[in-house]
Amino acid sequence: MCDKMNRGLQITLNGDRLEVAGPLTVSELLDRLEIDARRVAVEHNLVVLKRATFGDTLVRDGDQVEIVNFVGGG
Amino acid sequence: MTPDSFTIAGKTFTSRLLVGTGKYSSPAVMVKAHEASGAEMITVAVRRVNISDRSKESLLDYIDTSKYTLLPNTAGCYTADEAIRTARLGREAGLSNWVKLEVIGDERTLFPDNEALLEATRVLVREGFVVLPYTTDDPVVCRKLEEAGAAAVMPLGAPIGSGLGIQNANNIRIIREFSRVPVIVDAGVGTASDAALAMELGADAVLMNTAIAGAQDPIAMAEAMKLAVQAGRLAYLAGRIPRKMYANASSPVEGLVGR
Repeated sequence: MCDKMNRGLQITLNGDRLEVAGPLTVSELLDRLEIDARRVAVEHNLVVLKRATFGDTLVRDGDQVEIVNFVGGG
Repeated sequence: MTPDSFTIAGKTFTSRLLVGTGKYSSPAVMVKAHEASGAEMITVAVRRVNISDRSKESLLDYIDTSKYTLLPNTAGCYTADEAIRTARLGREAGLSNWVKLEVIGDERTLFPDNEALLEATRVLVREGFVVLPYTTDDPVVCRKLEEAGAAAVMPLGAPIGSGLGIQNANNIRIIREFSRVPVIVDAGVGTASDAALAMELGADAVLMNTAIAGAQDPIAMAEAMKLAVQAGRLAYLAGRIPRKMYANASSPVEGLVGR
């Protein structure tokens, strides 16, 4: 039962394989990674998410997630 | 508002110098250089967050977004698809629909792939972006970009980071003559005279990063660039004298002593 409630999800995060305990939302994923949601943008399976939807968007097994922020550039 | 401001997509700017955020030795130097430049628009890049090292501070800690307009770029993208994805991410990260659109076609020169650039411009304009494409100094390509809905065109002066200065002054003049949208000379500036020349040719603004960030004293160079852009603009408005092959004396040729 515990297994079913909190099983490991295999996702691809920024190009790398990652196992996370799920189910979880994008907001929860950011929390777990200690990333400030206000400073990043997230692409979920090639769809860029509005920040307001982070809390409602479920990360599923096999999902592809990109988390980006601004860095110095010209 | 000063009468000599310029407008992109309904937004008016007083400063005609746009600056980047890359390659600075420290955030503190960058902040001071931005202040010294007087710029109102600042470019930033969009990159994956480093998941394994979250200790790094955010670039946004050092940019007062109430003071500066952020211009996310798509630097490093080699296809229209990559650039479009990056632009969409930049829009969400910065909550602004402005993008400096780059689609690179060659690694050594970082020259744009104009075909892919046009394609990405069309898509992003349809999605409501204010698209400022970085392009070669080709008047025909600039015209096509404008027809595709670009809010400005940004021809290069020379390859990115090369510091070679304006390589084809004539093309910049022709692009200015052809364009109904602002022309921003982007890339290739090495020192203040290059920025002044770009403005003297009629450019509406100049965008640079390395020329300031890579200078021995970036803060002093930022101020030099601010003054150069102002001087060049003023000279353009003042109207320079025609070039002549031979001398034309400034002092009277009559009334010389002993003649």
